[in-house]
Amino acid sequence: MTVSVDQIWGWLDEVPDPEIPVISVVDLGIVREVMLEGETVKVAVTPTYSGCPATSVISMDIETALRDRGIKDVKIETRIAPPWTTDWLSEKGRSRLEDYGIAPPQPAGGPEKCPHCGSRNVTRVSQFGSTPCKAHWRCTDCLEPFDYFKCI
Amino acid sequence: MTRDMAFFEFLCRMGDNTLVLGHRVSEWCGHAPVLEEDIALANTALDLIGQTQMWLGLAGEVEGEGRSADDLAMLRDAWDFRNVLLAEQPNGDFGQTMMRQYLFDQAHVLLLQKLAGSSDERVAGIAAKAVKEVAYHVERSRDTVIGLGDGTSESHRRMQAALDLLWPYAGEMFTDDEVSGIMAGEGIAPEPSSLRAAWDAAVQETMSEATLVIPDSDFAHAGGKTGFRHSEHLGHMLTQMQWLQRAYPGARW
Repeated sequence: MTVSVDQIWGWLDEVPDPEIPVISVVDLGIVREVMLEGETVKVAVTPTYSGCPATSVISMDIETALRDRGIKDVKIETRIAPPWTTDWLSEKGRSRLEDYGIAPPQPAGGPEKCPHCGSRNVTRVSQFGSTPCKAHWRCTDCLEPFDYFKCI
Repeated sequence: MTRDMAFFEFLCRMGDNTLVLGHRVSEWCGHAPVLEEDIALANTALDLIGQTQMWLGLAGEVEGEGRSADDLAMLRDAWDFRNVLLAEQPNGDFGQTMMRQYLFDQAHVLLLQKLAGSSDERVAGIAAKAVKEVAYHVERSRDTVIGLGDGTSESHRRMQAALDLLWPYAGEMFTDDEVSGIMAGEGIAPEPSSLRAAWDAAVQETMSEATLVIPDSDFAHAGGKTGFRHSEHLGHMLTQMQWLQRAYPGARW
C-alpha cells in the first residue's frame, strides 16, 4: 500500500492520550518524527516524564492504530533527547485541555485562570497532582479544585 | 580499573541511588499524613524509578553482558548495590523522610546540571530529562523542610532531630575515588567533591530559613557507593523489593 508521512501524522492525531483522552498524542508533542523506510513505518516518541506509566500504553496505542490502517511493519523508537517540554503542546491541545477542565501550562509557572469559572484568583495546593505532568490548584472564587498542566 | 568498568560503576551509582530512594519513598504510598503529600511522594517515587530505568538500562548496555535494568534491579544482592547510605536510610517520620529527600535532592540537582553537559551523549540525554523532574523535587522538599523547621515547636524539634540523624550520611555524596577520577578524566561526570561548595551554600541557606542548626561535624559514613559496607537497612529493603523474583525466579508480568 502507498501511504504518505502526512497521512500517518493525521492518523496519529486521532490516537488519544490514555490519561487525558481529549488530546491526541500529536497534540501532546511526544510524536517527534515519522519516517517511511520501504514498507516500514518508524515513529519516534519522546516520553513526557521518566516514570510516566502511560508511556508504554502510548507506544502500544500508536502501533495498534497503524496496524488497524493496514501498516504491517511498525517500529517505535524511544527518543529521550532533547527532553520533552510543555512548549511542544499544540494550540489545539492547549484549548482542548482548558475545555476539559485542565489549565494549560503558562510560562509564568502557574495557571492563568480557573478553567471552570475563569477567575484569576487561584492558589496552588500542591506541585504534584493526579499524574506526573499535573499540579493541583484551587480557585478561591468558585472554590473548585482543578488540575494545572505544569511547565517542564 | 578500565574505563568501561568505571563507567558501569558510575551508572550503577546513579541508578541505585534513584532506585533505592525511589523504593523508600514509595513505601509511603497510602500512609502519608495528608492526601496531597501522599500523591506528591508517589509522584516523586515514580520519577525516580523512571530515571532508574534509564540509568540501569545504560549500565547494562555498557557492561555488555546482556543484563537489563530489571535484571540489575531485581537480581543483585546488597553487596552489589552502589547507592549512597543516605538513600537507604529508613523513612522514620514524615519529617525525617523530607529531610533525607532534601539533602539528596539538593545534591542530585547540582549533579544532573553538570551531567547534562557530559561528554557521553547518552548520559547528557538522561540528565537533561531528569533534571527537569528533580527541579520540582527539590522545590518541594526545600519548602517542606523550611515549613516544618520553622513551624511548631514539635515540628521544629523533629526536623532538628532528623538533620542531626542524617547529617553524617550526607558527606558520602561528595567523596572522590578511582571511579569518579576516571569519569572526570573522560569528561563523563564531575568529581563529586567539586559539587560540595554549591551544595553547602544552598543547604546552609535552607537550614537558616528553616531555623535549623547544621551539626558541627564533618564526619561522614562511607561504604554505600563502593558497596564495601551498606547499612543493615538495605538488606531488609531488598527482601521487600525483590521478594517476587526471589520466590519465583524468572517470573514475568
